[in-house]
Amino acid sequence: MATMPASASDLLKSFKLKTKQQELLIRVSILCLVYILAFITRLFSVLRYESMIHEFDPYFNYRTTLYLTENGFYDFWNWFDYESWYPLGRIVGGTLYPGLMVTAVLIYRILRFLRFAVHIREVCVLTAPFFASNTTLVAYFFGKEIWDSGAGLVAAILIAVCPGYISRSVAGSYDNEGVAIFALLFTFYVFVKAVNTGSLAWSLASAFGYFYMVSAWGGYVFIINLIPLYVLVLLITGRYSMRLYVAYNCMYILGMLLAMQIRFVGFQHVQSGEHMAAMGVFFLMQVFYFLDWVKHMLSDTKLFQAFLRITVTSAVAVGGIALGLGMVSGYISPWTGRFYSLLDPTYAKDHIPIIASVSEHQPTAWSSFMFDFHILLFLFPAGLYFCFKRLSDATIFIVMYGLTSMYFAGVMVRLILVATPAVCLISAIAVSTTVKNLTVLLRSKNKVVQTGSTKGSGGSKSSSKALLDQSQPFQKNGAIALLFGAFYLLSRYATHCTWVTSEAYSSPSIVLAARGAHGNRVIFDDYREAYFWLRQNTPQDAKVMSWWDYGYQITAMGNRTVIVDNNTWNNTHIATVGRAMSSYEDEAIEIIRSLDVDYVLVVFGGVTGYSSDDINKFLWMVRIGGGVFPVIKEPDYLVNGEYRVDKGAAPKMLNCLMYKLCYYRFGEMMTEYGKPPGYDRARGVEIGNKDVKLEHLEEAFTTSNWIVRIYRVKPANNRWWLNRYKFG
Amino acid sequence: MEARIRARVNLALTFFALLFFVAGSSPPRQFVISNAERRIDLSSHIINVHLTLKVENAGTRPASEVVLALTPTEVDHLAMVDASAIKGKRKKTTSLRLEVKPTELPDAPPIDTKYFTIYLANPLNSGESTTLEVLYVFTHFLEPFPAEIAQSESQLVFYHDTALILSSYHIKQQTTFIKTPSTKVESFIRMEPTNRVGTEIKYGPYEDRPPYSISPIHVHFENNSPFAVVEELVQEIEISHWGNIQVTEHYKLIHAGARHKGVFSRVDYQSRQSSNGASSFRYLLARLPPRVHSVYYRDEIGNISSSHLRTDSLKSELQIEPRYPLFGGWKATFVIGYGLPLQDFLFESSDDKRYLNFTFGCPLIGMVVDKLTIKVVLPEGSTDPSPVVPFPVEHHLEAKYSSLDVVGRTVVVLEKKNFVPMHNSHFQVYYSFKPIFMLAESLMLASAFFMLFVACVAYIHIDLSIRK
Repeated sequence: MATMPASASDLLKSFKLKTKQQELLIRVSILCLVYILAFITRLFSVLRYESMIHEFDPYFNYRTTLYLTENGFYDFWNWFDYESWYPLGRIVGGTLYPGLMVTAVLIYRILRFLRFAVHIREVCVLTAPFFASNTTLVAYFFGKEIWDSGAGLVAAILIAVCPGYISRSVAGSYDNEGVAIFALLFTFYVFVKAVNTGSLAWSLASAFGYFYMVSAWGGYVFIINLIPLYVLVLLITGRYSMRLYVAYNCMYILGMLLAMQIRFVGFQHVQSGEHMAAMGVFFLMQVFYFLDWVKHMLSDTKLFQAFLRITVTSAVAVGGIALGLGMVSGYISPWTGRFYSLLDPTYAKDHIPIIASVSEHQPTAWSSFMFDFHILLFLFPAGLYFCFKRLSDATIFIVMYGLTSMYFAGVMVRLILVATPAVCLISAIAVSTTVKNLTVLLRSKNKVVQTGSTKGSGGSKSSSKALLDQSQPFQKNGAIALLFGAFYLLSRYATHCTWVTSEAYSSPSIVLAARGAHGNRVIFDDYREAYFWLRQNTPQDAKVMSWWDYGYQITAMGNRTVIVDNNTWNNTHIATVGRAMSSYEDEAIEIIRSLDVDYVLVVFGGVTGYSSDDINKFLWMVRIGGGVFPVIKEPDYLVNGEYRVDKGAAPKMLNCLMYKLCYYRFGEMMTEYGKPPGYDRARGVEIGNKDVKLEHLEEAFTTSNWIVRIYRVKPANNRWWLNRYKFG
Repeated sequence: MEARIRARVNLALTFFALLFFVAGSSPPRQFVISNAERRIDLSSHIINVHLTLKVENAGTRPASEVVLALTPTEVDHLAMVDASAIKGKRKKTTSLRLEVKPTELPDAPPIDTKYFTIYLANPLNSGESTTLEVLYVFTHFLEPFPAEIAQSESQLVFYHDTALILSSYHIKQQTTFIKTPSTKVESFIRMEPTNRVGTEIKYGPYEDRPPYSISPIHVHFENNSPFAVVEELVQEIEISHWGNIQVTEHYKLIHAGARHKGVFSRVDYQSRQSSNGASSFRYLLARLPPRVHSVYYRDEIGNISSSHLRTDSLKSELQIEPRYPLFGGWKATFVIGYGLPLQDFLFESSDDKRYLNFTFGCPLIGMVVDKLTIKVVLPEGSTDPSPVVPFPVEHHLEAKYSSLDVVGRTVVVLEKKNFVPMHNSHFQVYYSFKPIFMLAESLMLASAFFMLFVACVAYIHIDLSIRK
């Protein structure tokens, strides 16, 4: 480049890239394409619906982000929210993971600084796809670190479209997981890098990665348990090294100090049972270091053996006693219910109905594994095989990450998300190694001389090459067939991923779409209709009671105070609402009045056939209510253990508040041609109580497809003059 | 409450009118109205009063200022007053718009009567007469009674007025016609001769009434027309010299009729449309300019899917449906946005300036707008803007930062209160703009990318490691 080319051909030659440069160019362009692909494949919902926030929790995140943009960080940090958990309120700054909101606002500020007039909503909607793109980059580097750059590239491609990850990171699903998976993978990558290099800088980076993860998602507990476990395994397998010591100590100490800055975590990080493993391993590391030093000092092996025995025993004893004392004195808090339910899948079902009631906390079905992983499910064991064949500190890590996260994915549906990066990485190793071996086989015939000189990655591989070189010629054809097979599988994977993304994971669930009789798309926008009605046409300080699922949406979109919401921190309060819903009207009105409720909101799918409505959720209300108030008994609502709403339903069921509110005046309604009036399309039966009379509540609003029904609580009779002032 | 005040004002008026006769001081009263005909249209919540006056100069000198009198309540609700002179007989009439200005009459009777002066084009000589047509438009003038109605009831309203036209001149003969939207009239006060035929009530003719004579009447009738009022409309017109005008309209809509009381039943509303929610409304129609594109309709929580756009070469019609039907007292806020081709609205004037020619008004048909704010966002780098509006408005300047703006765009803000569809007319905003500014943003982007690539090249070629 420095010398001036003499002629045109020389000039052309100087532009011709060397093989290494070509490879770099291809790699960079593939990464760029993957980066873009990961982003655009998540935009189905934006194109099909609109740029909107999805589901339930993201609405809370959006609301807090709005608050953060409008009022600044200090107000956000000290925010006491009067609009939720009436009359208790919620200390928002101290009970959330602020990472997501801060990230979104930071992106928003940067864009604003660069003079892009964006709305904060657009930023929120696109945060998850953006971080998914970044995750692919991290996956590439991670793959490169544990195997080679080929595996890294494949990992990046696999994770870019893997449905298990897309399910939580489509545009609009503005949830903690969106940024947390990036943070998780980044922390792991940097930690592995730190262990491989022993560099203080990398372990510092992993501490910051961990801090970001802690600030973003409660799933950080996985990191703080997996890394100690990994370190422990390395210690047991005799892979203790100075690199590991530096990496872990720096990461743990700094990470802990940083994590304690998050108010929601605070001193839990040193006090709660879930974090004790990390501390134990930290002390164990010091014992190891000490022993190492002593071993270095003592020349006598026998003496050292004795010393070792004494030290290890006393260390374990001291640790055990400290733990026991901590537990007894209450200084170390026991494991939380969620943690228990992870270790014992049946725990939640028996003890905490509120965790069990959430569909994403259910144990995973095989079909959803297949749905979310597709061919990765078969490639995963193959990748594990390759990892075991080439065991190193890094591969041990990815194997442990893969196995533990697969276990958790089996326990809870939503944890498939955590397993996805590991599954992608391990599968990428399988794909990359197989394809590489096959292509080497194909090329070896022509370049017999060169095979020896190509960079062999391991002794076993070059020996296999030598073996293959001597084999029969039609093995080449077999290799071609296998290659095509691999590409066929991968292309099936790509099709499957696109299909799943477009069909299953891209609906906002706040707007429902259905096919009309003529094949046209019918949109049910009832949720927003009701929330906007609440926002516009009820008094500013109105209190709305609904089942907790809709709490976040009512506060965010309806801008009204709710009794309970999706942050299920107070079981008693939720149980009170559950009790009100499952009592007779005149008993319920006492509870409703005591909670100072003005409006009651129920979701009802009987007209449209929308099945996730309150009648179908009702048994959980009964269970949760009954868990705190034993007057509510589940068998009262069942007939021979069967849940029904038609004529054969239990009398208590037919007269409880929820039934009345859902089916009020539904008996006059013709829903389907050829069926009697009051035919419930969601459950496919004619309702049992068509003559619903309400005494203390009156219908205030019902949406056009009846999905949301809002009732006004009538003022108590003898105090009408008081309430007149309230309602204006 | 308002009715009572109005009655009291009316009483006071009568009292002072009498007092005034006793006192006998004379205002500049040169004119006599030989014939007055008033047609009051009550079919919607915007009240149009057409007043035809035959004015005769009974004084000695030529005069050119005719004074109209209105009660204070009328003035509070007056959205518009417009006068024109009628020339010619029978079919060959031509009308000439005349200037009308609010005035104070210092030696008028000591009552709260407000005055408007019509300035005739040519002074009227002694003994001559001319015909004037005056249009008053009143808003928020009908008083719902009962003030709260249930879903199945229809809306009844009161209209208060006087059977005799309030005037500072002697009226020789006068008649008033009141047109109601339907034949359902609960009650009305008679003042003989009074006659009711179909949807029309006729008061008069009354002969020889002295100045300031009034006679309070009311009409109580059914009016189920949508009482749709836009409490606030902010219309933002953003000009881009790259070929587009982006219009964004923020509406705050309210049903200003009788308040909805008690239950809203969807069953009744769906199955018995005719007898239920008669006064409520579901659809609104917006008339947009032709060749409109990228229309959207949304609110704070997202897109509203219930809207239809019909376009043809002359106009575009956007039918929108708020998220829920609006009953009395219910509110809805929403945003309509659309793009328009630049060449239809932006022109170059002779003095090397550019000007935007746009409709001053609310595209929604039949709306009263309590407060209309029009913001014209000029391109970055434009200077000395000056608006030209056919009626008085308040205006000031603002700055706005849109995408890739460094110094901000000049915004001309025009504000008008109590706006009715009759105001719809064109206005212009003149400004100077150098075409070189059009390239500023693209150059900025290009240089930013250039810098990025330079930085990349530099990074690759520089060894940043501290180790050697």
